This record gives sequence, C-alpha cells and structure tokens, in this order.
Amino acid sequence: MNSFFVRRYIIAGIFTTIILLLVAKLFYIQIIDDHYRLYATKNVLRPIKQYPARGPILDRNGKILVQNEAFYDIMVTPKEVKPFDTLEFCKLLGISKDEFDDRFKKAIKYSPSLPSIFEKQLSAETFASLQERLSEFTGFFPTTRYLRTYPDSTAAQFLGYIGEVTDRDIKRSGGRYQPGDYIGVSGVEKAYEDVLRGQVGVKYTVVNSHGKMMGSYENGAYDTVAHPGERLKSSLDLRIQKLGEELMKGKVGSIVAIEPSTGEILAFVSSPTYDPNLLVGRERGNNAAKMYKDPYDPLLIRPIQAYYPPGSSFKPLSALIGLQEGIITPQMTYDCHGVYWAGNHPVKCLEVHGTVNLSGAVAGSCNGYFSMVFQKIIDLNGYKKVDTTFSSWRTNVAKFGLGSRLGLDMPNEGKGFLPTAQHYDKIYHYGAWRSSTVVSLAIGQGELLATPLQLANIECIIANHGYYYTPHLIKSIGDKEVNTAEFKAKHYAGIDSLYFEPLIDGMQAVVDHGTAAASKIPGIVMCGKTGTAQNHGEDHSIFVAFAPRIHPKIAIAVIVENGGQGAHWAAPIASYMVEKYLTDTIRRPMDEFNRIKNANLMPDLANYYSSSRRSMLRDSIKKAKADSLRKLPAKKSVSTKSKKNNTLAYLITEPGRRRNNE
Amino acid sequence: MNNPQRSLFFNVDWIAVILYLCLCTIGWFNIHSAAFDPRYPSAFDMHTDYGKQLVFIIVAISLAIIVLLLESRFLVALAPAIYGITTLLLMLVLVIGRNVGGNQAWISLGGGFRLQPSEMAKFSTCLLLARYLSGTNVKITELKSFLIAAGIILFPMALIMLQPDAGSTLVFSALILVLYREGLSPYFLILEGLFITLFVLTIKVDNHIYVIGPLVAIALIIMLMFKRNKKVVSAVFLGLCICIAFIFSVNFLYNHVLKPHQKVRIDIVLGLTTDLKGKGYNVNQSKIAIGSGKLWGQGYMHGTQTTYHFVPEQSTDFIFCTVGEEWGFAGAVTVLGLYLFLVLRIIRIAERQRATFTRVYAYGVAAVIFFHVVINVGMTIGIVPSIGIPLPFISYGGSSLVSFTLLLFVLIKLDSNRMGIIYA
Repeated sequence: MNSFFVRRYIIAGIFTTIILLLVAKLFYIQIIDDHYRLYATKNVLRPIKQYPARGPILDRNGKILVQNEAFYDIMVTPKEVKPFDTLEFCKLLGISKDEFDDRFKKAIKYSPSLPSIFEKQLSAETFASLQERLSEFTGFFPTTRYLRTYPDSTAAQFLGYIGEVTDRDIKRSGGRYQPGDYIGVSGVEKAYEDVLRGQVGVKYTVVNSHGKMMGSYENGAYDTVAHPGERLKSSLDLRIQKLGEELMKGKVGSIVAIEPSTGEILAFVSSPTYDPNLLVGRERGNNAAKMYKDPYDPLLIRPIQAYYPPGSSFKPLSALIGLQEGIITPQMTYDCHGVYWAGNHPVKCLEVHGTVNLSGAVAGSCNGYFSMVFQKIIDLNGYKKVDTTFSSWRTNVAKFGLGSRLGLDMPNEGKGFLPTAQHYDKIYHYGAWRSSTVVSLAIGQGELLATPLQLANIECIIANHGYYYTPHLIKSIGDKEVNTAEFKAKHYAGIDSLYFEPLIDGMQAVVDHGTAAASKIPGIVMCGKTGTAQNHGEDHSIFVAFAPRIHPKIAIAVIVENGGQGAHWAAPIASYMVEKYLTDTIRRPMDEFNRIKNANLMPDLANYYSSSRRSMLRDSIKKAKADSLRKLPAKKSVSTKSKKNNTLAYLITEPGRRRNNE
Repeated sequence: MNNPQRSLFFNVDWIAVILYLCLCTIGWFNIHSAAFDPRYPSAFDMHTDYGKQLVFIIVAISLAIIVLLLESRFLVALAPAIYGITTLLLMLVLVIGRNVGGNQAWISLGGGFRLQPSEMAKFSTCLLLARYLSGTNVKITELKSFLIAAGIILFPMALIMLQPDAGSTLVFSALILVLYREGLSPYFLILEGLFITLFVLTIKVDNHIYVIGPLVAIALIIMLMFKRNKKVVSAVFLGLCICIAFIFSVNFLYNHVLKPHQKVRIDIVLGLTTDLKGKGYNVNQSKIAIGSGKLWGQGYMHGTQTTYHFVPEQSTDFIFCTVGEEWGFAGAVTVLGLYLFLVLRIIRIAERQRATFTRVYAYGVAAVIFFHVVINVGMTIGIVPSIGIPLPFISYGGSSLVSFTLLLFVLIKLDSNRMGIIYA
C-alpha cells in the first residue's frame, strides 16, 4: 500500500463521470431528439411517385380531342453495361457514334449506378423494331411514359397545354405538386386541372447508401395507388370546330358558337391556330419559341382575349334598350338620307335607306336610325345633363355581359371595355361632352370593345328572348353530368321578352334579303347581323347570328380581322358553321365554300404587328386609367406583361424528366 | 499435481473474464449485422467479416489460455525485451510498412496476415512502465524518475506519430493516469484539463483576444485576492504565461501543422463546419444511426442505416453505431456499463496487488481500454473528433482483438499470482 491509495477513487470517479457524460449525450440523441429516426427513414426510403394517366378530353359527341399515348425512353445504367456492338446499337437508335459517346459520358456523370435517360420519347413504331434487340444490350432498358396527343390536331387554344410546374405553383399548391410534375397551364387543361390530373400514388422503395433500389418497404403496406384522371366530356362539337378552323385558315380572327338553351360552347376557334401536338414531346421548346415570336400570336386565345369594336353587331342592343326604355316603338319610323347629324358630327350610312322602322333599320343596318335612338336615350333629361342617362344606358348595356367577364370556366377571360361617364369626363373634361360626342357608341364603335365570346353571348340573349346561361365548356366529368347551379341559372338582361320579336324580324331580314342575303341557308331560318368594325387598319368583318329562329340551337359570332365588310367573310363563314351544325352537311355549292376557305386575308405583317402592338399599348393605358379611377394601384399593365413572360417560361422549358420514373 | 497453484484457472478473476467474453460476443453479433452479406448467409463463411471475426475470437481465446500457462516472472523479466522489439518494429514499419488509409501502420506477414506494431506498443509500454515504476528507489515525484517514465511513454508516441497515426498516438496520453496514481502531482491533471479547454476555445473563437482577455482578468482577480501571498501570485503569473503561450502554439499548430483532413475533423466536432456530404458524412450518418435507435432499438438485423451501409467502416471503427441503432439506448448503455464495470474491476484488481508491478500495469490496462472506449464512442456520437481507433473487444479486426486480449489476460495472469511476490 502506498500513500496515494485514495487516488484510486479519483481515477474511478473520472472514469464514471466520463462514461456518464457519454450516456447523457446518448440519452439526448436517442431519446430526446426525434430528428434522427426521421433522417434514418429519409435515408433509406424513396417515395416513388406513381403518375396517373391524365384524363382524356372528349367532344360533346364522345370523339377524342386529346388523349395519352405511350412513348418509350431508353434508360441506361452505366455500371451494368457490358461490352456490346456499339455501332449496331447506334444504328438501331439512329444516332452517330460521337453522339453515343457524348450521351454515355453524360449518363456516367449523372451517376454510374443509377439509371438515366439515354434516348427520349421513341414512338411506338420506332420502339417496336428496337424492342426485341434491346435485351442484347445489357444495362439499357425501356421505360414507358405517356404524352398528350391530339388525334385531330384541333382546338389548341381551347384545350390549352400542360407544362412542368414552376416554383410558384409548387409553393401555392401546399405540397400537392413537386418539382417535375406537370400542371395544366392554359385552357381546359388548366381550368379542370384537378379532375384531369387524377390522384398521384406513392410507392415506397428502400435504397442503400448508393441509392440502389433494394425492394419495397414493408411489402408495400404504405403504398398508395394512383387513380387516373377523369374522362372529361367537353361541350365542343368536333365537326364544326374543325370546319371553323378550316374556314379561318389564312385569316386572323375567331369564331365562338354557343348553344343558347344551355350556354354550352360549341365552337371555339382562334386563328391563326397551331397544331397542339407541337407543344408535346422533343421539339416543344423550339416550337414554343417560334410561336411566341410569331407576330400573329397563335398563342393568344382570341375568343376570350382579343378585343374588337362590335360595330353594327351592337345595333340590336341599342334597339332593345330603346324599346325597353319606351323611347321608341317598333313601328316608329326614321327617314334616312344617307347621313345623320349628331350636333355637327355627321354619321354616314353606306346607302340611303329611306323611311325605315325598327326591323328595317336592323335589316339595312341604318346608322342614322340607331344614332337617333341613342341620342334620344342619352338626351332624355336635356342635352346638357347626360351623366345619369349615360350611366343608366351603360348599366343596361352591361346587363348584356359587356365590360365584364362572363365567367367562362376557362382562365384568362378578358373583360372587354365598356366606357363609363367618368371615362369621358377624363377625356373631355367634366360636363364638356354631349350625346353627339359619344354617338359612335350607338353603332358599336368608339371606345366600346368586346370579346368574341361576349358577342356570341349577346346572340344567346336575343335567341332566348332576354336571358343567357353562363357560357361553359364542360358537359360531364367521368360519368357524372355537370349540373352546377352556376351553369343552370338564367341571367336576365333586363329586357322584356315581348320586345325581341320585332328585332328578330329585322335580324331575319338581314339574312333573308338584307346585308347578309348572300349567306342565306336554304331551309334554315337564320337571324343575324353583320358588322363592319372600323379600327386602325382595314375594317374587321363581323357577323353575329343564331339559328333556327324557332327553338334556336346555335348562337354564333364570327370575326375576321381586317376582312372588310361583315357580309363578305364573317357572314358566309357563320352560315357554313350553322348549316354544318344543324344539318351535318353543307348543301350549298362548294365553289363558294372553297373560295372562302382558300382566301388569304392575313393582314400585312408590318402593319398588323405595329397596329396590334399599338392597340395593346392603348389598352394598357386605358386599363391604367380605369384602374386609377377606381383608386386601385395602376399596376395592371405591368402584371399582364409579367403574366405573358410567365407563359413563355412554361413554354420554353421543355417538360423535362420527372425525377423518378413513372 | 494436486497443487492448486498449478491449475490453469487458479485464482483467475472470473468477473473480468466473463466481462471479456460478453464484450466479444456482443462484438460478433454486431459485426454479423453490420457486415451481413446475403450471398453468404452462413455465420462461418470465411468470405465475410463475421466469419473471420469468429476465427479471431478463437485465436484470441487460445492466446489467453497460453498467457495463463506462462509464468508471471517470465513476463516481468521480458518487459524490456518486449519493449525493445516493439520499438524496433515501430521503426521498421516506417521503412517497410504498408500504407493503409494514409497511415503507414502495418507490416505484412504474408498469407494475408498483417501486424500492427502500434497495437503491440500499448502492451509493451504498459509492461515496461510497470517494470520501471516497480523498481526500488523510483519515485515519480522526483524529476529524474518522472523524466524516465515520461520518456518510456513518449518514445513510442513519437515513432507512431511519424506513421502518422494520431489516434494510436493519443492513446498513450491516457497513461498519465497511471503516473498520477503513482504519485504525480494532480496539477498535471488539472493542467491537462485546462489545456484541453483552451485548445477548444482557441479553435472555436476566431479572435484570441476573447480567450486571452478573460483569462488575464481571472488571473488578475486571483492575484489581487492573494496579493499578500507572493508564492500564489508568481504561480498564477507563471500559469498565465504558459496558457498564453499555449494558445499561440495551438493556433500555430492548427493553422500550420495539422493536415487539412485533421483540421476538418476537429472543426466538425466543434461545430465549425457542417459538411454533411463530405468529411462530416461519417459522423452525421453515425449519429443518425444511433439516434434512430431510440430506447429499444430497431431490432437485431433491422437497423436501416446498418443494413444498407450508410455508415462507412461500420464493422470496425463505427461498430458502436450498430449497437446504438439496433439495440437502442438500452443496448448502448449496457455496453458502456460493461466497459465501466470492466475498468472499475481492473482498478479493484490493481489495488489488491502486493506487487507494484502488477498495480502499475493494471492501471495502464484500465487507462488504455478506457481511452479507447471514450474516444471511439465519443466519435460515433460526435463529441470527439473522428480518430480511427477501435472499440476494444467489439470492433472487427484480428490485430486489435488479439492485442487487447493479450493486454487483459497478462493482467489476469499477473493477478492470479497476487499472493506471491514478483521479483523484477
């Protein structure tokens, strides 16, 4: 025993203390801190998304507008590749040796032990010839992926397109979307994203530290099955949609047809259009860039985004409001001498109509008659007190759906523009404008702007004698018919039904022996109105109509930009659409049909470009003004611009690979 | 042959032996889980680590029996020779050694067997230290004796540092406990504690002023409190100077001497870098493995970190991860408890000796085993830098198992002879 005997306790104490420190730390990381088990789970579990097939979209008769088609990607796992006949392989794929080396290097760089894509999107035919040989090339294997295909290459703007989600979508979705997912970006694809997408399933797979799949987790106890997207039956009629696109070839403009008794969209043509198949697959990026730069802007959804002065197609509204207000009667006549003097402002007619009543004025499209009616309405309280009368006129017009969104179940619908009294106060100073100043509104000119959808909707109101249903583009989702109250509610325009008959007489006369007499369809009573809308360039050719007169089945608006008179282009196009829809054939001579079909009315490029840009600029200024009047921050014009850039972002980024396999 | 003293297991400390066998068994099962290869499901397959470890355990137990057959006197007498041979091997390894993982620590013996002289050095240093300190007229409190004892320890350290194997080098520093038990001033222990604290602070705090400032302030307060006592004042002043010099030398060492990978390891433990994909990967995955064990563990062969090999070197240096992950807090504490029980048992053995030789040797064994456990476990849970030293009796590897067995069973043999007097 030596004198330092007690030090054994100190040493034992040190040992015990340090071991207890380790135990304390273990207690902390094993018992208190819950993160580590989570991390461990994250380490080994790879949730692999099972992508459901996106729902197909059909037309109202069950014909397929868009569906999914299988394509094949050739994958490679570099580590598993054994020596093989490279040249033979290149020949099968149709690539050069250099290309092969390049891609193989890329695959190794991505990961030697994980599969990556070697060749993208082989069609079923190409793959068929490759399939039986593929087993000779160890390390290469195919995976299937589904892409949207459009068998009839039609209704591009209506259907819209899908694209890879952006960071913003991901943030907004609250976890529903992850990078690499697809989302509807425009049109029906966007509007009905939720039902088309289906339900993503998850399969949990265990991986080792090198990311190699080691099998399913707990025998798939936590896996969920992917539910395919719903089959969506749209209201579109493929027959007239295709016909409309054919007729609008070589023209800029749009056609909107609605079933008045339901509000269902029957045709939705935006011209120039594009083949929606171009926005799918390998060449998407290039095609999209090309379209984006196209001065005629095929990506613009003209039926709801282009604004046009309605021109004479607005006249029925003026008549109806005059009748409702008791300003005129159907029998009241007006003597047309070829020019109407609104104060010292002349409104000319194309011809001298003589003495006309309401029907006659509509049939002959007498500018003087409607200017007179308009002035009477506005000057009701004397020609100096136009504020309240103008506002009430505006309210009446707004009831027809002008100046606001109709609520079509498709994103990005435009409002058009219906000027307010304040708008004129701003331009002419308060109290310094008269009915004569704004008389061009009476004939659908001036500041008034409407979308083709709004014009078609007005025809629905006339066809229905006073009300419309919110236009919509869906008939059924899966096997369930869409029966929402929103689409079943009647929206009244505030005009008593008895006032419609004299107007409709006039509109029938337009087609029977009036301005659109050349477009009469034998055996069908069509009621219409031509319009020739003045604008910066050549007049727009406009025709609005519904048919048949008794139990109308179709209301239509056709606009051919810079096409000249309504009767020349828009009216015949509308008549063919109506004939096709109602009788399923066109019985009239095909010479005339072909003349219209083959006509090239594309506006002069330089002119069109500048004028469209100019009008856009003017629009944005107008919007800013209108917004400032409503005391809203005048940022609208900026935001529309950024929206457009956003579209570009969706389009340019080629939908790449999903991180995991489908 | 009826003399009980002649029996192989006469006076053997069965508690220590049982603890040893427990740890070896635990080790084998954990290696089996960590290194399990579905291609070789048999536990005896020589392609696998667990198959080989079984052989190592048999070899180690055979060696233990051989040691028990030896004469204690023989071991004492051979201490200087063993030390000498080890020293020669340590020099030799620098010339002909095989470089494994950046350390030139192995001598190839042919037939796939390798020798690690640094493992032997732990044993031989303990032996020679015991031999020296048990000598007559040797008092550690005297400078000469202290310097010789320190020399015995520092010489192999220097040779191992040349390999360079920082982990094994540091193991020898544990022997300061042996010197302390034999009478070294406790100030050395306090100073060591102080230096470790300062080392951590110097690296962690960017500006030395923040370390030196408070240090000077504390020193001044103590000096003012004892201003009458010149001895205290001068001692504190001297200590302060040493501390400041130490801070600057640590700084120099850290910035100019330490290899980048060593710096990174220190940084990770001190939380200066969180390089979870690179250098910090091992420790991070190891913590995940242990942390995911919770109270009762994921179950034998069910730890995902272990099964899917997320922790590198899991059957060797990081074997404790498997314990923590598959057996949970309960298992980890049991293993640590066994080690604590073992070292405390060794202290008890040490203190019942008549012979100074056995006592000193026993403390050496306790210190070495304890140091290995603390550094190894501390590394897996991220409280000490990753230093590649094995967990005694549990980690996979023949060299380490054999040398720890030798270390322990020489003690057990010496202890069995505790009634007799061993003459140097």
